[in-house]
Amino acid sequence: MGAQPLLKIENLVKHFHVRLGAFGERAATVHALDDVSLDILEGETLSLVGESGCGKSTTGFTILNLHRATSGKVLYKGEDLTALDEKRMRPFRRDLQIVFQDPYSTLNPRMTVGEAVGEPILFHKLATKAELDGKVAALLTDVGLPPRFASRYPHELSGGQRQRVVIARALACQPKFIVCDEAISALDVSIQAQIINLLLDLQEKYGLTYLFIAHDLAVVRHISTRVGVMYLGRLAELASRDALFETPLHPYTKALLSAVPETDPEHERSRKRQILQGDVPSPLAPPSGCRFHTRCPIAMEVCRRVVPKWKDARPGHLVACHAVNGE
Amino acid sequence: MMKTENRLLDVKDLTIEIDTRSGPATIVDSIDLHVGKGETLGVVGESGCGKSLTMLSLMRLLPNKIRVAKGEAHFDDRDLQKMSNRELRKVRGGDIGFVFQDPMTSLNPVMRIGDQLAEPLIYHRGMSRKQARERAIELLRLVGIPGPEERIQAYPHELSGGMRQRVMIAIGLACEPKLLIADEPTTALDVTIQAQIIDLVKGLREKLGMSVVWITHDLALIAGLVDRVVVLYAGTVVEDAPVDELYANPRHPYTRGLLASIPKLSDAPASRLNSIGGTPPEPGRRPQGCPFAPRCPLAMDICRTHVPKLEPISAAGSHRAACFAVEKAREAA
Repeated sequence: MGAQPLLKIENLVKHFHVRLGAFGERAATVHALDDVSLDILEGETLSLVGESGCGKSTTGFTILNLHRATSGKVLYKGEDLTALDEKRMRPFRRDLQIVFQDPYSTLNPRMTVGEAVGEPILFHKLATKAELDGKVAALLTDVGLPPRFASRYPHELSGGQRQRVVIARALACQPKFIVCDEAISALDVSIQAQIINLLLDLQEKYGLTYLFIAHDLAVVRHISTRVGVMYLGRLAELASRDALFETPLHPYTKALLSAVPETDPEHERSRKRQILQGDVPSPLAPPSGCRFHTRCPIAMEVCRRVVPKWKDARPGHLVACHAVNGE
Repeated sequence: MMKTENRLLDVKDLTIEIDTRSGPATIVDSIDLHVGKGETLGVVGESGCGKSLTMLSLMRLLPNKIRVAKGEAHFDDRDLQKMSNRELRKVRGGDIGFVFQDPMTSLNPVMRIGDQLAEPLIYHRGMSRKQARERAIELLRLVGIPGPEERIQAYPHELSGGMRQRVMIAIGLACEPKLLIADEPTTALDVTIQAQIIDLVKGLREKLGMSVVWITHDLALIAGLVDRVVVLYAGTVVEDAPVDELYANPRHPYTRGLLASIPKLSDAPASRLNSIGGTPPEPGRRPQGCPFAPRCPLAMDICRTHVPKLEPISAAGSHRAACFAVEKAREAA
């Protein structure tokens, strides 16, 4: 596995300007993403986890330029994607794909499976019309669907089959990088396992890099190379899968991990959970200093005032917390 | 086997049908399940397996075109299916509390949460408005909502998802029911909030001594919460066992597949999960024979023609499974 960064994300910020009140009389800013920096390495699965509203999906969208970044850079092949307009972005779109959560609303109900999968191939001129059927059949086989499904419509398929079609469509333009935005969250447990296996198989076969956005930590632990934990628009911790799950450093990561249930009744009954009190504060008015200080069990005076630095606590293990000392 | 007298809820042979263009189709087929006094039962299954419909049918809250075709449901030795509407209204929200999955659609958006909490208290317990208000504050405090005196004035949209779900639980608990039925109450919530709610229900169960039915698709979530688990597949009970027994020694191939599908700590990184192939049958389009046969690794000829019965497979009779292959294993042993 190459350790070269495929994408370099530097100080990425995304603010949404909204209007509140019954008549939209109050302007406000949603701090969806603040100062996020990370490298996505070639061939890895980098997962982003966190509670709803923590900015993990916004990160995926902003990297792909589906949201315009407020500031910061996304470097891919030496080009800053955030500076590109839609037309100049187009050639990069081929390499950078996304799979969304809900396979029901992402497929056009009036297009057959074959048309949906073939569309990006024709758009990017990757095959002639004559070769198209063969290409589509090969892609469907790749995602574990019989080629005869090409003539079916989305409503004839189950949720798991639809998600396979969505994945086939993403694969159609031979991408390097796929954002999986809660790609398996809407599926039943037994189907989830099928899609996880499929994603792993495809990664091996085509050397894909994944940004895997999910809230199910058991799944994340299973498929990730590295894991980033986000809280209220900022990265709290980023480390290799084993380091993050075995020796988490940030108090938020610790609390998050302690909330994950296991399929072991005895362990579950006896374990002491570190339960976080309260809810995530509003991203409209994030707390000063460290955004986690309002719920942090070890918050100190400095946490209320100063934003903690994003630093290497150990080699390759980044964390933003005043209570954690770097080595 | 648990004595029948200790059963608070005893459902026998419950069958639910839906009207389709081609006539009635069975979506829940002869379900047997029971809940003991003070017991917590987990009902597990994937979407469309009939777990929610089964519980809704107990309260006679089934949507249009879906009805109970046969079967009994005894609650405290009275058949819920035979009660008059008037009697049933006393049970709903009174002796049986219900927590629905989606608090955004289950709460009345134009009613203050204090009033929604007071409603069952005034109706079932004959409290005055003032008493009900005080009890509503108490209930909100019980479910861990800060500042309950002010919060009773709030409308549902002013609360976060976790808070709304707590309000739903408070309404379910308002009349100190003998049985609380919770239908995926934490599915829409984040893990940290989920852990808060599970802890809350554990504490309340001990304090109030009630029985709980917890409907979910998440086997990990209920591991530390329930006493017994019933696994549903395509409208039938495929396995029923005490919780430790079920996780340590699952017998039905579907339960085994389901447990194997969940990633575990001990898994090697990026290893392939043991997934179950295929997809569950659509509700109302169940195959002949065992509904799991088309996806089952152990399926034999008989599985495709005959429906296996839910039968005891342990000496004590507390572990039951509906599978021809399991039966065979026992005879061979």
